[in-house]
Amino acid sequence: MEEEIRLMKGNEALAHAAIRYGADGYFGYPITPQSEVLETLMLEKPWETTGMVVLQAESEVSSINMVYGGAAAGKVVFTSSSSPGISLMQEGISYIAASELPALIINVMRGGPGLGTIQPSQADYFQATKGGGHGDYHLIVLAPSSVQEMCDFVGLGWDLAFKYRTPAIILADGVVGQMMEKVVLPPQRKRLTDEEVKKRCPWAANGRTGGLAGRPRNVVTSLELDSAKMEVSNERFQRTYRLIEQNEVRFEEIGTEDCDFLIVAFGSVARISQKAVEMARKKGYKIGILRPITLWPFPTNEVSRLSEKAKGILVVELNAGQMIEDVRLAVGHDVRVEHFGRLGGIVPSPDEILEAFEEKFIEK
Amino acid sequence: MKEISIMDINDIIKPENRVYKKPALMNDNNMHYCPGCSHGVVHKLVAEILEEMNLVENSVGVAPVGCAVFAYNYVDIDWIEAAHGRAPAIASAVSRLYPQNMVFTYQGDGDLAAIGTCETIHAANRGENITIIFINNAIYGMTGGQMAPTTLLGMKTATTPYGRRADLNGYPLKIGDLLAQLDGTCYVTRQSVHTPAAVRKTKNAIKKAFQNTLDKKGTSVVEIVSTCNSGWKLTPAEANKWMAEHMFEKYPMGDLKNV
Amino acid sequence: MAKIRGAVVVNEERCKGCNLCVVACPTSTLGLQPKEVNNRGYHYAFMANPDACIGCASCALVCPDACIEVYKVREG
Repeated sequence: MEEEIRLMKGNEALAHAAIRYGADGYFGYPITPQSEVLETLMLEKPWETTGMVVLQAESEVSSINMVYGGAAAGKVVFTSSSSPGISLMQEGISYIAASELPALIINVMRGGPGLGTIQPSQADYFQATKGGGHGDYHLIVLAPSSVQEMCDFVGLGWDLAFKYRTPAIILADGVVGQMMEKVVLPPQRKRLTDEEVKKRCPWAANGRTGGLAGRPRNVVTSLELDSAKMEVSNERFQRTYRLIEQNEVRFEEIGTEDCDFLIVAFGSVARISQKAVEMARKKGYKIGILRPITLWPFPTNEVSRLSEKAKGILVVELNAGQMIEDVRLAVGHDVRVEHFGRLGGIVPSPDEILEAFEEKFIEK
Repeated sequence: MKEISIMDINDIIKPENRVYKKPALMNDNNMHYCPGCSHGVVHKLVAEILEEMNLVENSVGVAPVGCAVFAYNYVDIDWIEAAHGRAPAIASAVSRLYPQNMVFTYQGDGDLAAIGTCETIHAANRGENITIIFINNAIYGMTGGQMAPTTLLGMKTATTPYGRRADLNGYPLKIGDLLAQLDGTCYVTRQSVHTPAAVRKTKNAIKKAFQNTLDKKGTSVVEIVSTCNSGWKLTPAEANKWMAEHMFEKYPMGDLKNV
Repeated sequence: MAKIRGAVVVNEERCKGCNLCVVACPTSTLGLQPKEVNNRGYHYAFMANPDACIGCASCALVCPDACIEVYKVREG
């Protein structure tokens, strides 16, 4: 398959991107608003073309453990779900992080807490960026704001996951999952052969090459009862996280060259904010946007730099105020940081964002 | 066996006369199991069979949470350590991603029949080409002898100190029978390792299960009714006797399904 | 008449003295050391009655710790 321009939903783009990346396996369970991922994969039947395995599991708990198994065996595997399903996966995600395995997880967020709603939300920011499950760990968190980024971040997520042997998560919201846009799908890549997998992942548990006289057995485990050894493992995880923080911060700046105010927003809200900023500029308010693309590692230095000349910062989110905590940590105490968010699955319009900005920062 | 004239024991103990030894695949790590624990016998059988069937190169074992959590320390093949109950999900994925591999789980009753019931039943119902080795000793050994789903009525455990009561704790779960009902299983058998004859039978059962997995016949389940002498508060020999007298009535020996 | 003779070698340090081999032995060959213990404090198994051994490997089959090697010959 060559490069191709198509019109499709964000969720469908995830599926096509994965097949074209040369994924080995997908394991998932239906949940709105991301069921199109599994549906598209089943419709595409990649097992007949690339040899990719697609399996509808009995639960998200099983899905993530299938991903754990596939990743432990060195394969390119992923799962997708939405907020309640991702909560169920936290145990498995913690195991994957602790076993230093590369894997991709996709959360097309819906409103919570609890069963919540099927409408879009960004309320899983804390869960995704602060670990989510038990123990000291991080996921690389990618926040797409377009269907094209849904497509591109599948490959990026796996590249980073394999580079650092740590799980990556695409934290999308229901808007990006459901909306249709033009997308450039990359050409089809070949799946790695089992020999290539063994070479790329010499640590993987996929059969002892050479038998009893061959390489030593590989054991993938997160268990270590000796505290001294467990501390050494944890220190190694932390070194990896520091390295990721140094190398992998990604963000987009829009109109920040001359701005007096800053909006920090991610995902679909960053795009809605862009319209709000256009409208604001017509009224004479120079607002720039910083859109974190990696929510972890968070673009702390960039927020800090931009805050130096900002009269105020508005953090716009589809939640009650989560990313704002990281923004506040980045800017210190002398800059006013305000939050505007809609809850329960409501997506604000550009006018609402502009209104919120004026209310908080412009003296009447 | 050659014929020689023996005067001294040292004439017997010669490499050429050896008829039984620890399988090479079982390493020299001392096992953490309590003295007399059935796990050791089953580990040894798994190692023997993998060696005899020449499966070292393409076997992946999935270890559970429970006493057998450290199975990977003793049998020298590739292992993945699962979260509690999730071994069949992990094995499903590995088996589908490496169809030529012989993938098996090794699980206890708490892991397989309580917290992992869902994963177990659905893996078996999909007919995953895996073998499930199921140690049923009717108790949680690792955590100190609490009630398991397979604990017999009347049996005293740390969480049923006055004996298991149906009205309080429900009934012993015959999960082997349940798995035999599923279209995805090709072989479900219940064995034990308390006598030399039983050990031989169990060896044949595991061998058959592994062969089924290689032949892609579906899910094979080898339930091994076992002892937990520490949990049962008996000596190893007494535990074997108690098992034969009490456990076999609820969990009778033999094949439940053999397609 | 030819007679089967056997012998076992117990890995004393690996043995946990569980006594299952002693119970399984059909010829009462094995016993546990009444006084001696190994480095881990277990009264390990030994051939208390070596002449009785027929090399049937019953002990080794039921040994949970794989610490018994069995040897067998036919005495002419």
